[in-house]
Amino acid sequence: MLRYILQRFIGMIIVMFLVVTIVFIIVRVTPGDPAAVMLGPEATAADIAALRQQLGLDQSIPVQYVYFIGNLVQGDLGQSIFLDQPVLQALAQRAEPTFFLTIFSLLIASVIAIPIGIYAAYRRGSFFDQAATALAMLAASIPSFWLGLILMQIFAVRFGLFPVSGYGGPGTSLTERLGYLVLPAFALGIVSSALIMRFTRASMLDVLGDDYIRTARAKGVDERRVVLKHAFKNALIPILTVVGLTAAVLISGAVVTETVFGLPGVGSLVVSAVLRRDYPVIQGALLIIAALYVLINFAIDMLYLVVDPRVRY
Amino acid sequence: MTEIMTNAPMSERSKFFRVLIRRKTVLFGLMVLAIFVVLAVFAPLITPYAPNKLSIVNRLKPPDMRWFFGTDEFGRDVFSRTIFSARLSLMVGFAVVVLASLIGVTLGILAGFFQKLDAPITRLIDAMMAFPDILLAIALVAALGPSLTTVIVALSIVYAPRLARIVRASTLVIRELPYVEAATSLGISTRHIMTRHILRNLLSPILVQGTFLFANAMLAEAGLSFLGLGVSPEVPTWGTMIASGRQYIGKADWMTLFPGIAIVLAVLSLQMVGDGFRDLLDPRLRKDL
Repeated sequence: MLRYILQRFIGMIIVMFLVVTIVFIIVRVTPGDPAAVMLGPEATAADIAALRQQLGLDQSIPVQYVYFIGNLVQGDLGQSIFLDQPVLQALAQRAEPTFFLTIFSLLIASVIAIPIGIYAAYRRGSFFDQAATALAMLAASIPSFWLGLILMQIFAVRFGLFPVSGYGGPGTSLTERLGYLVLPAFALGIVSSALIMRFTRASMLDVLGDDYIRTARAKGVDERRVVLKHAFKNALIPILTVVGLTAAVLISGAVVTETVFGLPGVGSLVVSAVLRRDYPVIQGALLIIAALYVLINFAIDMLYLVVDPRVRY
Repeated sequence: MTEIMTNAPMSERSKFFRVLIRRKTVLFGLMVLAIFVVLAVFAPLITPYAPNKLSIVNRLKPPDMRWFFGTDEFGRDVFSRTIFSARLSLMVGFAVVVLASLIGVTLGILAGFFQKLDAPITRLIDAMMAFPDILLAIALVAALGPSLTTVIVALSIVYAPRLARIVRASTLVIRELPYVEAATSLGISTRHIMTRHILRNLLSPILVQGTFLFANAMLAEAGLSFLGLGVSPEVPTWGTMIASGRQYIGKADWMTLFPGIAIVLAVLSLQMVGDGFRDLLDPRLRKDL
């Protein structure tokens, strides 16, 4: 088992290294001089040269790469040009809305999807099952930013139940701030519930056909207990996987949704960085989010070892 | 002669399509898609107004018999613009499917067929898939500068690894089948085996994944356009229409409502068709063929 953990760990490090390299390449494929692009048409040659030096662009590509890795190892993601602060600090300041938005959306998605998935599998082929499958397909076809706007139109503009956009001023309490997240979280949660529902249903169908379920029923175990205790417990692993991966997908869904609701999170930071060509910020955000994804994947693999005694390598 | 014709066994392909369209959801999906294609191709003939025709006196008019979907902040006809947008969305979706398939299938077959290439390609795929799709697309567009070509290239780079992973898995299975072994022992060239014997059998998974990829590419393109990172703002797309409608929430809801419904319908129909393909092509689910 130790060997398996070690193997997975080394695999993760290699992927992480590739992720870093890909980010390095993406930011450097910009046609023309990134320093000139960032400063705009009014910049003087001296300004451009200064920025090139500050960003290390006057060095050769391999030297830039070595510096890049060296800085990363020290936890230095560079300096934002427009915000005039370290990228890591800028990201940390914007992390709160994105973090809570991701957690809320995941909760909403799971609360909607898991019970529906279980019941749809239990009543396979019924009207409920067909309706649930059709609704899941519909939910997966809706752009979350559009659903956000529709929810905003109905619940914020028409009924005034929730704030339209923003995240409150500096003095706003946490509960008040969370009120701003209700609509965006529902928009993201509803859209991502589709995948979780499909996985729950498929995973439950797999388990419900197993022999031990028939045995449990033959023994006269209460039906509810059979489904929720015997079957669901064993169907949980693929469901956990998809919930974990959805968390990573939600972070990217947040990019667009945050823009819709004017939330000052990591997503809107990235979008404004792209519009301002603030490459260090784009680079930093990409790295952090991809690293999170790789870590979540690794954590899920490790969770398998704990949850499923059958997984022994 | 007639008798022979009627008794002739139906080809596998026509049987496949007959079963396919017997499913209501697939039939619905195919019909909606066909309508979108017709609307996109014949947009100039169908639409009552030119998509960029300004009419400031008629700005923000609600839907009625003159403007079916109302007008936007410049008095442009939302109905005409929604139909013209189908052109770009379908084109981007299709181009991404073609380009991503070319890259993804090549990488997938190489990884699945040659053991030495498997580890490096698989790691690369894993690393590429660590980036959430829209975020990677945003970064690529930021690096290359927003344009139609960039959007297509960026989305193809984003989705190719997803396809490569599936192609690799299928190739690994097919490679071990007796007929491939037979072909190898007969001395048939590796290239011939890869294109003739393996690629052909990969068509089903590629078809299924390609359909879903089409849907995802359309959603991603709408997201990019919404953020102002897609094609130039003068070209009507569903994403840019929703972005401009966002300023008029509560005042001119039709500006966001109709382009959004168009996206949902287009993506939903692709998902229905993709689902139908998958069910029919999966031998475990293929009871009625």
